[in-house]
Amino acid sequence: MSPLLFPLATIGRSTLGMLRVIGQVTLYAGQAVSHILRPPFYPRELLWQLLQIGWLSLPVVGLTALFTGGALALQIFAGGSRFNAEAVVPQIVAIGIVRELGPVLGGLMVAGRVAAAIAAELGTMKVTEQIDALVTLSTNPLKYLTVPRILAATISLPVLVAVGDAIGIFGGYLVSTTRLGFNEAAYLRNTVDFLELWDVTSGLIKGAVFGFIVALMGCYHGMNSGRGAQGVGRATTNAVVSSSIMILAANYLLTELFFTA
Amino acid sequence: MIRLENVHKAFGSKRVLQGLTLDVARGESCVIIGGSGTGKSVCLKCVLGLVTPDSGAITVDGQDVQSGDRDAFLARFGMLFQGGALFDSLPVWQNVAFRLQRGPQKRPKAQAREIAIEKLRRVGLKPDVADLFPSELSGGMQKRVGLARAIAADPEIIFFDEPTTGLDPIMSGVINDLIREIVTEMGATALTITHDMRSVHAIADKVAMLHEGVIRWHGPVTQIDIADDPYLRQFVTGAADGPIEAVR
Repeated sequence: MSPLLFPLATIGRSTLGMLRVIGQVTLYAGQAVSHILRPPFYPRELLWQLLQIGWLSLPVVGLTALFTGGALALQIFAGGSRFNAEAVVPQIVAIGIVRELGPVLGGLMVAGRVAAAIAAELGTMKVTEQIDALVTLSTNPLKYLTVPRILAATISLPVLVAVGDAIGIFGGYLVSTTRLGFNEAAYLRNTVDFLELWDVTSGLIKGAVFGFIVALMGCYHGMNSGRGAQGVGRATTNAVVSSSIMILAANYLLTELFFTA
Repeated sequence: MIRLENVHKAFGSKRVLQGLTLDVARGESCVIIGGSGTGKSVCLKCVLGLVTPDSGAITVDGQDVQSGDRDAFLARFGMLFQGGALFDSLPVWQNVAFRLQRGPQKRPKAQAREIAIEKLRRVGLKPDVADLFPSELSGGMQKRVGLARAIAADPEIIFFDEPTTGLDPIMSGVINDLIREIVTEMGATALTITHDMRSVHAIADKVAMLHEGVIRWHGPVTQIDIADDPYLRQFVTGAADGPIEAVR
């Protein structure tokens, strides 16, 4: 091959590789979704994953929301004071948390915690032949391992986002009333009056989509993990990176869909 | 009867199985020997359908392993994996009773536990092991639990993937004896892969030597020490010099 063609060949190989992965992830997602409604079902696995993914992510999501709400209030107050708009802090904190920061930061924090944990667990199971053992025991790994995780994350994330929204708004309230001189009752009234149902619902829908993405990428990379500790490590990194990027991309697309009509 | 006919399998440019042909009769204990990387594990995985061969035919009692009801097909098998492959998140008894708690062979929890404890006792483990997790067990105990899981549903065919790898000589002897006893008492067909010659003598009725993707030699275990095939001789004696290259 002519040396001049090397860059083109590299670009071609990378493009083909990327398209192959996109195709594989799409097929994997389709298979997982198609198994959700088909028996056998594993309710105990689902409950366990709801506990692992949902309940145990509460502290991470709650603390992130609390500090973000507080920082947001300070920033809006400082920025708003440049054109005498300090009074809009409750409204902007509420809409910023509920529409954007709640679902996106919640999704990213869960991606860091859950996608990594899923990929590491399934990757280790693959390396130690536990996935093969499942097959020999007449159990479909996709049904037993992937479906409960995807369902649990898709159900949990909106709940986590809702809790994160409340805590984030509380963080803004706390900072605004103790540090910025806002009246407690007026702050809460402004927040409640300003928010519309769709603001909250759109954030919860985003949460469900992000939950699906997190579990899908964790499971896909875990199930396709390479050999040894290095393979599992790479699968874990790829799961976190790909789910984080996909969350941000999906967030833009959903915002475009929900709010620019 | 398990029959593999002219089975080929390659991973990329690496041709692992290159026309493997082997028959294992019902109730027979066949051991496949061969160096590392010669395709022994791939051969077992092809029979179980975990790996799809590129060409050739694999049948069990005349039924193609890739067609038909997979659950019913796999229900006939038990497998002991090289590293045990126990599920870390489940206690020992649930590992053993895994098949008895799901699918067509599902039974009440108490009964499944009772069977699991009975199978654990059969492989020489006390009932108090039942509630431990795999990470709390030694390598030898994990192998025994894996063996108990393989026999939990009384399968017709049992596969053993390097059952004594990583064990000390005494524990290896214990596992070999257990396998022989269990296979004889259950009347099961057994297919074992190993490069431990003590295991071969303890477990096998018939031995097949896999080299470069084909069966190089096969015959009764009584012939293994007197056969004049140079490849088999080198493998049995463990000589560095011979037709098998030491570096693969």
